[in-house]
Amino acid sequence: MNAALAPTPAPHDMGGPAQPLLIVRDLKKHFPVRSSPLDRERKFVHAVDGVNFSVPKGKTLGIVGESGCGKSTTARLVARLMPADAGELIFDGEGVEEFRGLRLKEFRRNLQMVFQDSFASLNPRLTIAETIAYGPRVHGIARADHQARELLDRVGLDPSHFAGRYPHELSGGQRQRVNIARALAFDPRLVILDEAVAALDKSVQAQVLNLLQELKAERQLTYLFISHDLHVVHYLSDYVMVMYLGQVIESGPVERIYGHPAHPYTRALLSAVPSMDPEHRTQASPLAGDPPNPINPPSGCRFRDRCPHAHAVCASATPALRDMGRHSEHLAACHLNDPASGHPEAHQEQRP
Amino acid sequence: MTTPLVSIQDLTVQFNGARRASALNQVSLELGQGEVLGLLGESGSGKSVTLRTLLRLHPERHTRTAGRIRVDGQDVLALRGRELDRYRGGTVSMVFQEPGLAFDPVYTIGQQISEAVRVHEGVDQATAAARALAMLERVQIPQARRRFDAYPHELSGGMRQRAMIALALACKPKLLLADEPTTALDATVQIQILLLLRELQRETGMSVIFVTHDIGAAVEVADRIAVMYAGRIVEQGPVGQLVRQPCHPYTRGLLAATVGHEHRGRPLEAIPGSPPDLAALPPGCSFAPRCSQASERCHRDIPPLEQQGARTLACWHPVRLLGEAA
Repeated sequence: MNAALAPTPAPHDMGGPAQPLLIVRDLKKHFPVRSSPLDRERKFVHAVDGVNFSVPKGKTLGIVGESGCGKSTTARLVARLMPADAGELIFDGEGVEEFRGLRLKEFRRNLQMVFQDSFASLNPRLTIAETIAYGPRVHGIARADHQARELLDRVGLDPSHFAGRYPHELSGGQRQRVNIARALAFDPRLVILDEAVAALDKSVQAQVLNLLQELKAERQLTYLFISHDLHVVHYLSDYVMVMYLGQVIESGPVERIYGHPAHPYTRALLSAVPSMDPEHRTQASPLAGDPPNPINPPSGCRFRDRCPHAHAVCASATPALRDMGRHSEHLAACHLNDPASGHPEAHQEQRP
Repeated sequence: MTTPLVSIQDLTVQFNGARRASALNQVSLELGQGEVLGLLGESGSGKSVTLRTLLRLHPERHTRTAGRIRVDGQDVLALRGRELDRYRGGTVSMVFQEPGLAFDPVYTIGQQISEAVRVHEGVDQATAAARALAMLERVQIPQARRRFDAYPHELSGGMRQRAMIALALACKPKLLLADEPTTALDATVQIQILLLLRELQRETGMSVIFVTHDIGAAVEVADRIAVMYAGRIVEQGPVGQLVRQPCHPYTRGLLAATVGHEHRGRPLEAIPGSPPDLAALPPGCSFAPRCSQASERCHRDIPPLEQQGARTLACWHPVRLLGEAA
């Protein structure tokens, strides 16, 4: 879409256009649960349990899933806001925090994050121009103040009007624009948007989505976009990754995921969106119940106790992420797609 | 429709705290028996204030209320003491957005529902408990007997919202007010709750006012939609007509700004600017500063609410005339 402009490689582009900007391998994070001293074993919340993905340069990867599926934890682990228990990050061909690899400080300058709560993520005692200039000044960049005013102008806030204001004097949409400007102050290559438009009203959300699209084309940004709103993910993303209880259960190009979902959970998630047509209202709920407890995830396939196609094999064997035949970029973890899995319905499922 | 169950006339609500905010301005609404009205609007548009005023939940010291509200033949703004207690929960009850905050954390779900039944109907403990259990089963809570003795924090978000609905319906109210009941829930759970509300409404024949900012959710449950902006109702009509042929530029903008699959690869049609400050509303139409059709008159005079058939509209320069739409 925006790639038609064939971006000229930036001077800091190390690995060339074919090298994914970010590769994440086997990322894990288990949070210990506080338990009484009488409990024999310590319990853990399996927040992120072996997640692999890569984000190509200049593309947007959308991560979707219900609350508690580990999308935000994944984002925080990638941004190194908390240490991972296991896994590695490769940024443009260089391992992060590895021997002879990219130093954490360098990595952080290349990656910025925008959070859901626009108010909580701004310092209430700094004017918004100071907030935007703060990071660059700490890193010793000279024209930080001048640059802050330029950025404010770019995100649609007139600097002569807004530069001296404090966060509480702005509306939610304006504050989120400030957060975006701050994220851009380092000229990052990867921006993580964690539910960045979820708290905004629909009319303002559309403005911010448009701004994000423009900035991405202008600055050749790569986005990691986390949202529970499937419409917004469809609109913004090039690739989509669906998570369930800390694991990736399906991923692929956006048209494949939305057009031919291969995992029963993805299908259910997509059909749970309210219809906009009063003559064709949703008649039956695609899924029963809530997501299960991440402390004791079910054995085998974690989706099996909500899945309409569950079978004995789903409890005994964990389905692996397999590619869907011709579409090597489309991966799904379900026994239904594997004729050799022993699932009785597997052969009926035809491959598109 | 004979006499409407709910009739609100020229309701104006002002909050006088550190600053004065006009939350509702001359709102008029009618709701028939068994009708489901979706109240659609963005934050600060006055949809929740309308519901809270219907239950008289605002502290009287800081609120100035003018206008008339009649529900089931009662003058709501004149209710006092025991009458008000009976009205709240008996005639009208409410489902809140955050069931985690609406329940008392130190009592079990079952205790809280049976308490409501006992207070309103004066029955003994055992009868009330049986009614509470039946309500939990009615809202399709699995293993209702076990959940009866559970504390609110032991239930998941979707379960808690079901329990909240059970509590609200325990005394068979004639009107249910639902204040964004599905906003805090995941999409897969949201659709379950919407279907449950629709089913219960059909069974009991109660009227429902469903407040939401999500057009999709409103379309799923409502017969009629009223769109609010800055404390006024700007457009109203049957769901199908309103969604297919919006007349007010704000409704049209809201529909266009709602992201759908057909938008991929194109910029969205966003409404510029942001909603006005309720402490300093513009003199004319409050949407005029953001409206592409606005003329001098829009900035000067407030457009009156005109009615044609089932639809009402308040706009000087509608996208299409009411006559054309119907």
